[in-house]
Amino acid sequence: MRMTALASVLAIALLPACAANREGTKTASSTREAPQRYSRDPFPSTYRAYGGAPTLVQNVTIYDGEGGRIENGAVLFAEGKIVELGQSVTAPEGATVIDGRGKWVTPGIIDIHSHLGDYPSPAVEAHSDGNEVTGPVRPEVWAEHSVWPQDPGFTRALANGGVTSLHVLPGSANLFGGRGVTLKNVPGRTMQQMKFPGAPYTLKMACGENPKRVYGARNQMPASRMANVALMRQTWARAQDYRRKWDKYERDGGEMPPRDLAMDTLRGVLAGEILVQNHCYRADEMANILDMSKEFGYKVAAFHHGAEAYKIADLLRENGVCGALWADWWGFKMEAYDGINENIPLVHNAGACAIVHSDDPNGIQRLNQEASKALTYGRRAGLNITDEVAWTWLSYNPAKALGIGDRTGSLRPGKMADLVLWNGNPLSVYTRPQMVWIDGALMYDANDPRRRPVTDFELGQPGEGDVK
Amino acid sequence: MSMGAGALLLTLMASAAPAQTPGQTVAITGGTVALGDGSDPIEGGTVVIRNGRIVAAGRGVAVPAGAQTVDATGKWVTPGIIAGFSRVGLAEVDAVDASNDVRASNSPFSAAIDVAPAINPRAAAVSISRASGVTRAVVAPATARSIFAGQGAVIDLGADMQPITWARAFQFVEFGETGASEAGGSRAATFALFRNALREARDVGRRQGISGGTDSQRLPRASDQREFPLEEVPDPNSPLLGSDVNRPQDVLLTRFDAAALVPVLTGRQLLLVHVERASDILQVLGLRREFPNLRLVLVGATEGWTVAEQIRASGVPVIANALVDLPASFEQLAATQSNFGRMRAAGINVAMGTINEDETRMVRVTRQNAGNLVALTKVPGASGLSWGEALAAITSRPAEVLGLGGELGSLRAGRRADVVVWDGDPLDTTSIPQLVLIDGVQQPLDTRQTKLRDRYLRPGEQGMPKAYER
Repeated sequence: MRMTALASVLAIALLPACAANREGTKTASSTREAPQRYSRDPFPSTYRAYGGAPTLVQNVTIYDGEGGRIENGAVLFAEGKIVELGQSVTAPEGATVIDGRGKWVTPGIIDIHSHLGDYPSPAVEAHSDGNEVTGPVRPEVWAEHSVWPQDPGFTRALANGGVTSLHVLPGSANLFGGRGVTLKNVPGRTMQQMKFPGAPYTLKMACGENPKRVYGARNQMPASRMANVALMRQTWARAQDYRRKWDKYERDGGEMPPRDLAMDTLRGVLAGEILVQNHCYRADEMANILDMSKEFGYKVAAFHHGAEAYKIADLLRENGVCGALWADWWGFKMEAYDGINENIPLVHNAGACAIVHSDDPNGIQRLNQEASKALTYGRRAGLNITDEVAWTWLSYNPAKALGIGDRTGSLRPGKMADLVLWNGNPLSVYTRPQMVWIDGALMYDANDPRRRPVTDFELGQPGEGDVK
Repeated sequence: MSMGAGALLLTLMASAAPAQTPGQTVAITGGTVALGDGSDPIEGGTVVIRNGRIVAAGRGVAVPAGAQTVDATGKWVTPGIIAGFSRVGLAEVDAVDASNDVRASNSPFSAAIDVAPAINPRAAAVSISRASGVTRAVVAPATARSIFAGQGAVIDLGADMQPITWARAFQFVEFGETGASEAGGSRAATFALFRNALREARDVGRRQGISGGTDSQRLPRASDQREFPLEEVPDPNSPLLGSDVNRPQDVLLTRFDAAALVPVLTGRQLLLVHVERASDILQVLGLRREFPNLRLVLVGATEGWTVAEQIRASGVPVIANALVDLPASFEQLAATQSNFGRMRAAGINVAMGTINEDETRMVRVTRQNAGNLVALTKVPGASGLSWGEALAAITSRPAEVLGLGGELGSLRAGRRADVVVWDGDPLDTTSIPQLVLIDGVQQPLDTRQTKLRDRYLRPGEQGMPKAYER
């Protein structure tokens, strides 16, 4: 009991303020039993920053992640936080000074759509843990419980991709796929060591072909898009009922309603604590989802994949929903047939929030190049977008859509020192990370083989983790 | 930038004589010319084209009198990209089975399958890849119920209804994990199945007086400049398929499949072998002790760098993916992005392919992959390619590996005039094609995707529904 209570208090401290404030723990009546909150954070992060000397990187081109650019600039970070950036920054006593002449500094890339750890390498059946394909409504499963920290993909995303944070979600077989988790891209023995402290949970939802195919093939609901929506709405109606009961109990006490882990997740969404990340390709389906979210009183943080997002970019802007998109994927299935190279810049140009995502253990190593391709096609179509503004697709926009935009994703003083020194223009194919810092700790250095993580799986294998 | 594209096209289209007119000479002048043969790009170069062939390319090449000129100042000129291993033209939407001819899951045939009649030159992937500068593709079928997938083709991506450059250019076979699965569950079974298949081919061939290596048909060589047949039609009266061929009961292959393997056995037809693990590579190379006429090409070879010396000594060329660096399977534990560069440095003829990498529709990323190999030259400890070698990996090397180096893949004199003019460095993600020629013929660069882009360039609807905007 004491443990639970303590955990609850910690959970409140870590959750966004809006949620915690609404759910007080006061007793409503002395004759009724005091309410007990269940833990919102039973698998707490044990992440710690790995430390490092105060560091000044100077003579670099800086994209600050929010659309700003500093030529021949410098960035200072210390004790895990960005301290200062500008054209002239003085190094404090004892600071490490790096001359980055001809190079670029950006915020670390954040991949909002990854299955690393859940569908790791090697891709054997024994590792296939990303979809709970036993029912279309599975909000009770959490992607973090499938994360295998020894997935070599994490190390490639760091060294080749400059990825400092990533969001691992369940797959798209289910309408309600389960909770996603945001990780810092540091090696760990446990998932908890990688878990981004204080990042809100997310809920993976999926519309379209996948759920109806998986269950339709079994003669189960949903076998059609109309059943997709029906089953989602029925589930939200249940969640509203659950939420009413639990809100009342947590306010007034009395007899504790039955716990339902699936409904806990949906209650968290309706309370604004858990952010919806919705796999959805087609324009018309995204519009249906938006209406449904209004009907039940929640908000979609981002549509993922959205091959047709460009067709409803105005709707995305009006509803404040991001599009997490590929640069040029198309045609692998019917709902991706109308994917175009200008999807990301067209969404951006309409004033909506555009994000470059990977959904792929190879693509996550080259998200900067994906942004570059999208930018190139956007410019050829006459859209005037600068390099530094395009970088918002890679760090700040995904951070905001994950509820961590106040802590990382841009180089504002006081934010996490998650940043990359690139050995050239990061929107060129010829450029790779030279150094990657996470919370100010140097986690990768191209010039130092000891600053290159090798997972347990690859230890002793030929080449030992692409240090080779 | 888009103004530049328009101006360039106008230059060509305003001319009284279009580029494909026989006898018309076209000179592309002032651009940075990369020949595709591994050499460095040449600034201010000229490319001269006549009758669908390259006449000359380089610095100091004179513009023939009367030539129609295209000003490529500030632009780059390269050979068209060749997708070194792909399935372009075999599928419209991958997951729509009826539109997908990549594999025949319920066919009684394997080696006899020939992809050529399945190629759809109007597939969206053809125009979309063409608009990204891909002018030819090596197209292989995939396996389903046998280690033999069937016979692949070399195609062009032109906007016409004659896509086949070379039908039945090779037989494709799976070894390694996939082959083991198709063969019944083990690598050992793959080898037994392969040996048996070639035995049956030999028996069918012997019955008709064809023994290994004595076939007289001339093969295309890298030095060849002749026009080989666009499409050889299989001889319906082939003695291999005649009604008088009586075979013993002890056979696994259909007669049609066994007959299809005779050219493999005799070395008339290339055998492309997908294999990843180092030990599998060596075992496959060793097959030539038993079947000395096999003309092998390794496909995949993720662990090739660990046995590069043996591959080089064998003289067998390789078609490899550029950037496989994850141990995605237990046959790829040694995966590294340096594989390609290390094999090349060892003296192996390596071409770039997209093996099981969305190869029905994403071959356009091969130039990005090639650019990444250049990027590796700046990463300490990694092995990459020079810029010229990286371009060659997606132009002349695939042609050479297929034995078509004299015909395709470079801007050297005599090659087919597959030429792309780019608005910037073609290996970087910042450039796109402005002009594409295939056999000297200017190609359209509009696609379903550019039409959708134009329709939705302005968000929302103005007056009538979007369906009225064309």
